Amino acid sequence: MTSTSSKATYVIGWAAIVALASSLLFALVLSPPEVSMGDSVRLLYLHLPTIAVSYLGYGITFLGSVIYLRNQSVFWDLLAGAAAEIGVLFTAFVLITGSIWGKPTWGTYWEWDPRLTATTVMFIMYLGYLAIRRMDLPQEVRSRRAAVIGIIAIANLIIVRYSVQWWRGLHQGQTLGVDTQLDGLMLFSLFLSVVAFLFLGAWLLIHRFRVAWLERQVEDMRLARALNERRGEAGDATLGGAVS
Amino acid sequence: MNHWAFVITGYAVVFVGIAVYTGWVLARGRSLTDEVPEERRRFLD
Repeated sequence: MTSTSSKATYVIGWAAIVALASSLLFALVLSPPEVSMGDSVRLLYLHLPTIAVSYLGYGITFLGSVIYLRNQSVFWDLLAGAAAEIGVLFTAFVLITGSIWGKPTWGTYWEWDPRLTATTVMFIMYLGYLAIRRMDLPQEVRSRRAAVIGIIAIANLIIVRYSVQWWRGLHQGQTLGVDTQLDGLMLFSLFLSVVAFLFLGAWLLIHRFRVAWLERQVEDMRLARALNERRGEAGDATLGGAVS
Repeated sequence: MNHWAFVITGYAVVFVGIAVYTGWVLARGRSLTDEVPEERRRFLD
């Protein structure tokens, strides 16, 4: 095997492709335009699934961070990092698609609305988390600091989730809930898109985790090689000193 | 601008972004697996 693919990623990958193709068909062709938003409602089938993937990513980062602090498991540390990277990527998509959708519905690309502001703060905080993971520090120190941030940062997710209920703003309330008023086909298109993006997110997460694992192996191998060279040089110097 | 222009722009940005990231992850995985000996490739199957 010379790649990060496996039987599991083939199955999940193909499920993601089929689900994404079907969701595009429903989102762009079969579902009707909305009464007040018109065809721009089709951005909902992209905007909501991307936030679902980022929530999932940040949830895994939180879980991985907690477990890492308890038992120093490299697996959970790397999984937390991989999930945060996918969370950040999909939060960027959330901000971009939200901004694009804002123009036809609100008349502006950006407004410092509570939901938008909270999402931006969350995005910046997880960027900071990723920056800590790339700092030139001993592995344990880097992982421990990242885990602490990974735990604290979950508060952002709760603020983003409830911001539309806690403060008044331009952003609509919960799209899905007990009082959901979406048409049947629109609701189905939305669920299909969420499922498709979750498959995609899972597939990306497995690959990204494996890359992180390989990166750690390369880092460990380089460190071991450098230590051996240092020991060799020290040995030569001692031997040289003894001979002379 | 027509609503469809916003819709197409949104979908294009997301799918191109996903394609670029996926390409990077797969390419990095490929190059790293060449560097790492088989006994260290845990979690890869």
